[in-house]
Amino acid sequence: MIRAGLMALLSHWRRRPFQLLTLVVGLATATALWSGVQAINAEARASYDRAAGDLAGAARETLESDAPIPPAQVLALRRAGWPVSPVLEGRVGALRVVGIDPFTLPPGDVPGDGGSFDPAFLGPEGRLIVAPGAEVPDGLPPAVRAESVPPGTAYTDIATAARLLEDGGYTRLILTGPPSLTAPPLTEVAPDLTRRAPDTGGADVARLTDSFHLNLTAFGFLSFAVGLFIVRGAVGLAFEQRRPMIRTLRALGMPRATLTALLGMELLILALVAGAIGVALGWVIASLLIGDVAATLRGLYGAEVAGTLTLRPAWWLSGLGIAVLGTGVAAAASLWQTARMPLLAPARPRAWARASGRAMRWQAGAALVCGAVALAAGIVGGGLVAGFVLLGGLLLGAALALPLVLTAALSALSRTARGPRGEWFWADARQQLPSLSLALMALLLALATNIGVGTMVSSFRLSFTGWLDQRLAAELYLHAETEDQAREIEAYLAPRVDAILPIRSAETRLAGAPGEVFGVADHATYRDNWPLIADSPRVWDRVAAGEAALVNEQLARREGIWPGDRIAIAGRDLPVAGVYSDYGNPRGQAMVGLALFDALFPDAPRTRFGLRVPEAEVAGLAGDLRDRFGLADDRLTDQAAIKRASLAVFERTFTVTAALNVLTLGVAGLAILTSLLTLSGMRQPQLAPVWALGMTRRALARLDLARAALLAGLTFLAALPVGIALAWVLLAVVNVEAFGWRLPLFVFPRDWLVLLALSLAAALAAALIPARRLARMPPAQLLKVFAHER
Amino acid sequence: MNARHPTRRSLILSALPSLAFPALVRAQTFAPLGPAAGGFAQPSRDTRLRFPADHGPHPAFRIEWWYVTANLTGPDGTAYGVQWTLFRSALSTDDAIPQAWLGHAALTTPDRHLSAERMARGGTGQAGVTAEPFSARIDDWALDGPSLSDVTMTAAGADFAYDLALATDRPFVLQGDRGYSLKSATGVASHYYSQPFYRAEGRLILPDREVPVTGLAWLDREWSSAPLEPGQLGWDWASLHLATGEKVMAAQLRQQGRAPFTAATWIAADGSPTPIPDGGVTLTPLETAEVAGRSVPVRWRIALPDRGLDVEIAAVNREAWMDLLYAYWEGPVTIEGSHAGVGYLEMTGYE
Repeated sequence: MIRAGLMALLSHWRRRPFQLLTLVVGLATATALWSGVQAINAEARASYDRAAGDLAGAARETLESDAPIPPAQVLALRRAGWPVSPVLEGRVGALRVVGIDPFTLPPGDVPGDGGSFDPAFLGPEGRLIVAPGAEVPDGLPPAVRAESVPPGTAYTDIATAARLLEDGGYTRLILTGPPSLTAPPLTEVAPDLTRRAPDTGGADVARLTDSFHLNLTAFGFLSFAVGLFIVRGAVGLAFEQRRPMIRTLRALGMPRATLTALLGMELLILALVAGAIGVALGWVIASLLIGDVAATLRGLYGAEVAGTLTLRPAWWLSGLGIAVLGTGVAAAASLWQTARMPLLAPARPRAWARASGRAMRWQAGAALVCGAVALAAGIVGGGLVAGFVLLGGLLLGAALALPLVLTAALSALSRTARGPRGEWFWADARQQLPSLSLALMALLLALATNIGVGTMVSSFRLSFTGWLDQRLAAELYLHAETEDQAREIEAYLAPRVDAILPIRSAETRLAGAPGEVFGVADHATYRDNWPLIADSPRVWDRVAAGEAALVNEQLARREGIWPGDRIAIAGRDLPVAGVYSDYGNPRGQAMVGLALFDALFPDAPRTRFGLRVPEAEVAGLAGDLRDRFGLADDRLTDQAAIKRASLAVFERTFTVTAALNVLTLGVAGLAILTSLLTLSGMRQPQLAPVWALGMTRRALARLDLARAALLAGLTFLAALPVGIALAWVLLAVVNVEAFGWRLPLFVFPRDWLVLLALSLAAALAAALIPARRLARMPPAQLLKVFAHER
Repeated sequence: MNARHPTRRSLILSALPSLAFPALVRAQTFAPLGPAAGGFAQPSRDTRLRFPADHGPHPAFRIEWWYVTANLTGPDGTAYGVQWTLFRSALSTDDAIPQAWLGHAALTTPDRHLSAERMARGGTGQAGVTAEPFSARIDDWALDGPSLSDVTMTAAGADFAYDLALATDRPFVLQGDRGYSLKSATGVASHYYSQPFYRAEGRLILPDREVPVTGLAWLDREWSSAPLEPGQLGWDWASLHLATGEKVMAAQLRQQGRAPFTAATWIAADGSPTPIPDGGVTLTPLETAEVAGRSVPVRWRIALPDRGLDVEIAAVNREAWMDLLYAYWEGPVTIEGSHAGVGYLEMTGYE
């Protein structure tokens, strides 16, 4: 009985392979987008964790010095009862080499698993411990792979590191525990070392990149939600069409519970199969995108993320789980209705079912609640999560309100109807709305997201390029190899260029977090061009005189430091005279006059310059400098090259966003297609009378096409304000939280036209198949409607 | 003669490299080092120990230790215990690979047990031993003086420190066959001598007070290349300062599925040792206590019928758990029964 029942139920799919395909494709796509994003996030998080668990990393205090720390000082400290473990860090090519002393470092801090160690690690040749798959340049000691090592880093014995880096002094000392009870104070033993609180570098990265990942997650979830509309459509159709079969099975004596269980099992099988396909597709998507994501995270946050994916059981299991859950959500209503269906109820498809006034009111209420939640989050909440609640409320509210808006719009339009044919067209459009509303809601979500994100990216691009023009005012940027060379170049250039602008910077802590201070020359280049978003009178005079500092927008917003407030820079308390925008940099930054900078950071290298040269002479001068001083290519960069590189980073940042955007729109198009297919089968009873009254099948099909285009166009119009609101939230709320800068909103109507054309095309393409079917439908089939009232 | 003298502390030594190199120690633990294997020097019955030269390190051997325990008394009669240990371990037979040094120190009072450890790379000056003038150091801990018969012993942790002078006019006591201590029928052996006759004097430093103390101390010196044998669960080892002036070393090695292997040495008041063969001494646990989540015997009966010894030893502080990277129980005990006195008890392998 059970077997027979299951076979009967499944036979439906055998007879309608396209419907099965739709269901599987919808579910697989939804799962793919969701799990693809999750795979990227999981990989990035694993990388951050590795960076945070970086030896020497997070949890311990360190002793540091401006100069290399001589080994004798380590002995003196330990002899005095201070448990320190030396670290020697440097670069060999692109590889960050970290020398550690496994004897004095607590075992938990030693990188890699124990298996990576053998005595050879301590031997004259040494060993490197690197991340799996890491490239190790030739000429270095043999490499051992260990999971826990951050990408781009090699751990080695401190003696090996000293040999590789040709450096006998230590970079820093890790304080591995409390000092002996009888140890003298640190200021007595090592007065020249600075004690530094545990480095929260990894945690910082995680915090900074949180927004980025939340962004991706939100997109993934949106795609999943849109995908569920397809599943809902396909499952609804399948249940609808099987009502006679279900009634027959019940009449043959199959208990209601068994039947429901069978239907549930069928759904579970479908969900698992489609989910597995989706997870596999998600893997492909993630593999394609992870490179760009890694590049973005590196460029934007300096976070190292491995460019390859690791297959984690938690990931694919959760992908399957969400597929099953999603199917459950999408099919719950259909399953419930079928389970409660009275045995003697007519088995006719409920094509006539109209959204009752009660359902409409309920939906309007839900939309209002969503709107209220969004508003509350916008007004009361601060922070990234509130920003996303605002976004979610806005989108969901708009989607729920869509059927009401469309009904109202169609009612208004129907008044323009001339003649019975027009009347029928509008009435039929309204009649179809409840069945199509799910697909249209999906379309609205996709369109609004596209408009919102597109507007955000374009606004950002516009601000960014303008900012680059301001910020990169000098025509040539030069980085000398040594200070001596820098002086020679300076002397050589003095008569040949309009101005030499020294670029001096030093790493320091600003408002308690790692940051950077720049020394700025007193020159018109800055006065005229530097992108200040807040200033005070005589800002440049005061900065040049060393009386005040400028801070970047990130620091200003994070710490609430605006003109009139004060900031401590290297122990000097300075008033803030202005705030400048500083895109693409997550850290705090400050600028002071060059003279003051020299006083505060006397050891900062003097090797970088910006050169003001007439445009025509740039190429000649650059060639001249290369020849005369043997400067490598990367030491002399012209403005255009920097701009190109910056824009490349920018574009890459939004590659993922753009890709997800396109995919989401595609999924929405699919949702419309399935809905229309569902509908086309059920509408025969409505079309048959119209056909019988003399309208040709071809004319009916044309009207169907027109109706699809009309509904898509109306949905687009409804999506427009939602998308702009979305863009505003992204720019003014989410970006400020995520990146620390606020951008002006620009609108790009031409992009909207493209999108409108796209959505119309998608709707028409989706309507084409059912319309063609209608146009070629045998008249006998339409006649059947009258022949047997089901 | 004490065939199979318990490889006291060799577990610790085996564990030593694991502090940084767990895989290495696994390899060393489970790959038996035969006399020819590994290329480490092997103890020889023909070797005659020479002092002070042999107070210094023997880097050709795999493992070595300088191990001092002291039973001390405060002005009010309170019993204290102090441990000072320096281990040396060769991680490889390759001379180019630095050796590892490990220090353990502890201070036990009747209600507190404080311990600390130190680790060092050999050859950097951070730790090492010289024979003459004698100096054994690791970080801020030292056991040094004009000679090993006259040393100051200092160590400190985050919450304790001590500073003691140890002196004696007695000769060093050679264990086993003139310092050649056989540990198994298959020929595994160590070089082993002791100095159980130190008189100790100095001060203990606690976060809230200093305590002047006097008492007795016991030094063990041992080096070998023997690894741990399979089937050994752990050992119980006691050093006893009898009130009558004699010293006793009594130990048993607990073995999987077999009766424990025992060993003992009776040291007369003039320093002349008599090794007691396997089975000549019995150690019977009388009471266990819950320490650091384990059940550990803290009261024992030790019987050495040949010498008329039948005593109960009891921990001064049951919580004498050395909560270090390699953890074990080590603390002072009091002796009652046929003889009175004080001593030290070490127990390992109670997991």
